[in-house]
Amino acid sequence: MNISTIILYLLSLVFLIISILKDRKKTVMGIKKGFTAFKKILPLLIPLFVIVGVLLTFVTPEMINNILGEESGWLGITFGLVIGSVAFLPPFVTFPFGAELIANGAGLPQVAALVTTLMGVGFVYLQAEMKFFGVGSTLKRNSLAFIAAITVALAVGVLM
Amino acid sequence: MKLDKMTIAAIVLIIGTAIYSMAQAFTALGHATFQFVEMLKIVPPIFLMIGLLDVWVPREMMIKMMGDKSGLIGVMIAFLFGTFAAGPLIAAFPVAMIMLKKGARFANVMFFLTIWASAKLPIIFFQTTTLGIEFTAISNVTLIIVYLAGSFIIEKTFSQRELGQIYKRAEDFNK
Repeated sequence: MNISTIILYLLSLVFLIISILKDRKKTVMGIKKGFTAFKKILPLLIPLFVIVGVLLTFVTPEMINNILGEESGWLGITFGLVIGSVAFLPPFVTFPFGAELIANGAGLPQVAALVTTLMGVGFVYLQAEMKFFGVGSTLKRNSLAFIAAITVALAVGVLM
Repeated sequence: MKLDKMTIAAIVLIIGTAIYSMAQAFTALGHATFQFVEMLKIVPPIFLMIGLLDVWVPREMMIKMMGDKSGLIGVMIAFLFGTFAAGPLIAAFPVAMIMLKKGARFANVMFFLTIWASAKLPIIFFQTTTLGIEFTAISNVTLIIVYLAGSFIIEKTFSQRELGQIYKRAEDFNK
């Protein structure tokens, strides 16, 4: 368990206790509502994780490392953006993964591009996101994350 | 259950992989299971909070906190919610839906989503230990600026009618 998850559990536990103390009936209703929300996204999640699993099997860290080398320049940044947009890792795996790439000789702007798109651009869950927010909002949010990744890569490249 | 495109794509992919190599297919399923378990770890607190938020926070309060006239406070609440949360972005979608349903401003919800997927205070310390303090500082500051500006720009690109449709979706989702 990482610190972020622990904070989340503690926080929700505090809310739960306050809620029970204030109104038991309302708390039960809240738990039921939360569970219904979870049941609604579960069918979206299972195929998603299978697709990501297949992707992660064929795209190995060594492969990414070769592409994102310090001399790879704009091409490396572009690959970082594309790979990060398509693949998907839990946030807590993303940073050590980025660090590992840097330790193995990947360039900083390239890794910045990869890490930012890994976190923010979800090509594999575009469809799921559309089911929540509709097409327009989904495409715009993903474009924003993509632009942010380019900006971060540039900032890191220029400032470091 | 009706099969959607994602499910069909997943089935085709995994069968294709199995035909190509049975071992690779098992590796893929192993990755999938790992990701799924990682996700399940954060499911109880997140959905508990969604449910509690739904029954305890009245619409008027959410509008006051994150609505159209909430100004800087709304932005800050969006930031705090996003930065302290854990888990993949997809777990943030239902949270965003409940915020919209309760009348939060679209730009604030967008900012919340983008922050969820980037600047996370609890893991910033961890990020500095793995990626270095300079890298962490530059990337997080840049991200916050781009995402803050971007969230409001995105809101501006929508017409009132389009925004209304998004709120309608949130309404339907939380029924």
